Amino acid sequence: MIISLVIHGAPGTTQGAQTALTFCRAALAADHRIYRVFFYEDGVHNANALSVWPQDEYDLNAAWATLVREHELDAVVCVASALRRGVLNAEEASRYEKTGVSVDPAFDISGLGQWVDACLNSDRVVSFGV
Amino acid sequence: MKTLTFLARSGPYGSSKAKALLDMVLSAAVFEQKIQYIFLDDGVYQLLAGQDPALLAAKNVSAALPALELYGVDQVYLDLDSLQARGLSTDQLLIPASTCSAGDISKMIAESDMVFSL
Repeated sequence: MIISLVIHGAPGTTQGAQTALTFCRAALAADHRIYRVFFYEDGVHNANALSVWPQDEYDLNAAWATLVREHELDAVVCVASALRRGVLNAEEASRYEKTGVSVDPAFDISGLGQWVDACLNSDRVVSFGV
Repeated sequence: MKTLTFLARSGPYGSSKAKALLDMVLSAAVFEQKIQYIFLDDGVYQLLAGQDPALLAAKNVSAALPALELYGVDQVYLDLDSLQARGLSTDQLLIPASTCSAGDISKMIAESDMVFSL
């Protein structure tokens, strides 16, 4: 089955982000295809490479970046959500004259069109952290 | 073409959910999908005319609702039980919406390819 995920929840504050990661791993292990993982609203915090987790806590940001890289997942961060929350790549940081880049390069920043595209090309789109 | 159903269940203010769902609806409409936009629970407050969120330093989320028609979103529904439970009536609405029941919503969900609820 072709599956896409929409993640609304921030890491650490809602369970959704963690559940989505576990779901994603399980789907891949069961030979399903992940068409896209779309991070929306507070979900964009999962793509922040500047997050620092206490040593005795699970670093969900690192876990997502690792999963995306290992499986070459198409991971997209909603641009409107990301800009508001300071999740910026070099291009956006420069465009808005901000001092830092925060998004992990494993993630692309793009628009809701990518979410619609995921709906059109997936058998299931599963939302997490609503 | 796919049938996408959107369940608007949150009030227009206090969280960004109403705006987030509306943005999804409008994006899907640009791609010319079949859209069912259903307002229920506190989501019915989004349909109220005369909203003035100026004191909240918030934008009027519902100001974009009249544009739905221009986007070709003509299947807008309102859960009558949710409206009545909040002491509201259909003559207070900003845009026309067809009233429906929980049973109608079940049917619409069953006939959808995808459902998004915020």
